[in-house]
Amino acid sequence: MSGSWLIVLPVLAPLAAAAAGLLAWRAPRTQGALALGGSLAQVGVAAALLAKVSAGGVQVAQLGSWPAPFGITLAADLLGAVMAVVTGVIGLAVTIYSLADIDEGRRAFGYFPLVQVLLAGVAAAFLTGDLFNLYVCFEVLLMASFVLLALGGQRAQMAGALAYVTLNLLSSALFLAGVGLIYGVTRSLNMAELHLRLAAVAASQPELTVALAGVFLVAFGIKAAVFPLYTWLPASYHTPPVAVSALLAGLLTKVGVYALIRILTLVFPPLPGVPTFLLGVAALTMVFGVLGAVAMYETRRILSFHIVSQIGYMVMGLALIGSPEPAVGAAGLAAAVFYVVHHILVKANLFLVAGLANRVGGSFQLAQLGGLAARAPWLALLFLIPAGSLAGVPPLSGFWAKLAVIRAGLEAGAWLAVTAALAAGLLTVLSMVKIWTEGFWKPAPQQTSQPAPLCRRRLGLLVAPSVALAVLTLAIGLHPRPLWDLSRRAAAQLLDPAAYVAAVAGHGADRASPPAREVAP
Amino acid sequence: MAALLAVLVGGLYACGLYLLLRRNLIKLLLGLVLLGHAANVLIFSAPGVVRGRAPLVGEGELAPPPDAADPVPQALILTAIVIGFAVVAFAAVLARRVFEVVGTDDPDAMGDAQ
Repeated sequence: MSGSWLIVLPVLAPLAAAAAGLLAWRAPRTQGALALGGSLAQVGVAAALLAKVSAGGVQVAQLGSWPAPFGITLAADLLGAVMAVVTGVIGLAVTIYSLADIDEGRRAFGYFPLVQVLLAGVAAAFLTGDLFNLYVCFEVLLMASFVLLALGGQRAQMAGALAYVTLNLLSSALFLAGVGLIYGVTRSLNMAELHLRLAAVAASQPELTVALAGVFLVAFGIKAAVFPLYTWLPASYHTPPVAVSALLAGLLTKVGVYALIRILTLVFPPLPGVPTFLLGVAALTMVFGVLGAVAMYETRRILSFHIVSQIGYMVMGLALIGSPEPAVGAAGLAAAVFYVVHHILVKANLFLVAGLANRVGGSFQLAQLGGLAARAPWLALLFLIPAGSLAGVPPLSGFWAKLAVIRAGLEAGAWLAVTAALAAGLLTVLSMVKIWTEGFWKPAPQQTSQPAPLCRRRLGLLVAPSVALAVLTLAIGLHPRPLWDLSRRAAAQLLDPAAYVAAVAGHGADRASPPAREVAP
Repeated sequence: MAALLAVLVGGLYACGLYLLLRRNLIKLLLGLVLLGHAANVLIFSAPGVVRGRAPLVGEGELAPPPDAADPVPQALILTAIVIGFAVVAFAAVLARRVFEVVGTDDPDAMGDAQ
């Protein structure tokens, strides 16, 4: 049973750190140390889980030892395990950054335990094999993100938090309604069992299945911030402290993308028309997101709009599963998985670098920034790596991610989406160059107030996560083969859920001794 | 009964969405509450409503009678109610803080202020 324990640990590690942090409520320093420990442990156990899944196939744990359709199933396939590892990495980076960045007021109100709860919720969402449990995980991570977003807020932050909370609660209500409907139709909420039952429903009532999928598409579409449901994101993500922005920007919308992938590959059978519809949504998401970014002159706002645009690439990769050629669908899905991993690392890093630029240059407004390349050449390098990667400059990770998506799109003959992807790529370069020229290259404006220089230890804590994430980006860029192979294997596993279903059902079967002895007098 | 519940769910959704679109924080909050209720009643009614047959396991039996009401939706609703309660409590506090900090209860006016 060591395998099943391993699945629980990426959730338990941060949860334990959060619980211990709550006990140490009056000692924010201890909370910080606990959070660091929780994140380190999460990275470690998630990596061990990934190794185990990679070697031994889908891992399953039945909580409380109830067999599969009755108990709560946790199941880790390659996609879930990879996402859990990335969650741990981002959590660790943000926790280290927060140690030097987050003010005393926020720490006193439990900032570090909240981050750990958020990480536990995200990891649980990636590892659950039950649809209702996914809803519960969403609520856990949303609740933590609500508080993180609103904590210690001034005017703009409160208004942003309100938009975020309202639209995410709307999405949760829709998700919950979808869960109820799907239970009404199939009498099951276990994803592996749903895979079998919905295939039967789709054969007899295809319209009903598409309508059900529509409820989930809208609910997860809001969470993933696709066109036209993305408006809450640029309204809120730039308002909290930059560490919180990095955490939310890196992880939360990708939970929505993950849910879309899971729903469309495992839970629902191939649905006619839905992939084509998603392809259109993806193209519009890319274009509208990047156009929003081009119009902005505040680093965090630019980066927020780029999240939307980049989500479009991931959804485009996912939408290609509708291609009549199975190989093209597999390539598209693998590209989407690769893109998600690359994007989480790069986007979180860009927010951290924007925070560093604010520390050094004294502002997030491009008009008030300037001369950073001369004043802090190391910062310029730290910005160039993720920015180039986001824009798709070879040989950085974003180049391979974009290349994979666009190549799959060309093979599928999705010309419009490919055109949109290329145009959005160009405009991404434009807006990254805008940050570069305005923030780093142009002479510093005269009237800027110089921020107080940081002590060496704090600066180290602020810079270390960015350096580590940049090194990861470079490593993926220079040697993309391991991650690409992993993405392809994850995609193959997703497109052939038989192994997943067998693992979940089989795990139930071998311990499905009837509960007779418990009932008998 | 099912038809009545369907109308009720539809009505709750309509009222909830209408209140969400109003330019007032408290109405927005009430709208979220109604949407949660709508989802709960929907979960309750979607698998079919069974009247008067509780899913109780009789003495010496291993399972409840096959025509009994399905207990799972009720368990789901119970969980959803608890979560919804916590979320609405948070949203109420947030609404109050927003009103204190921003000085208006009109979400549109807040958008302009950013």
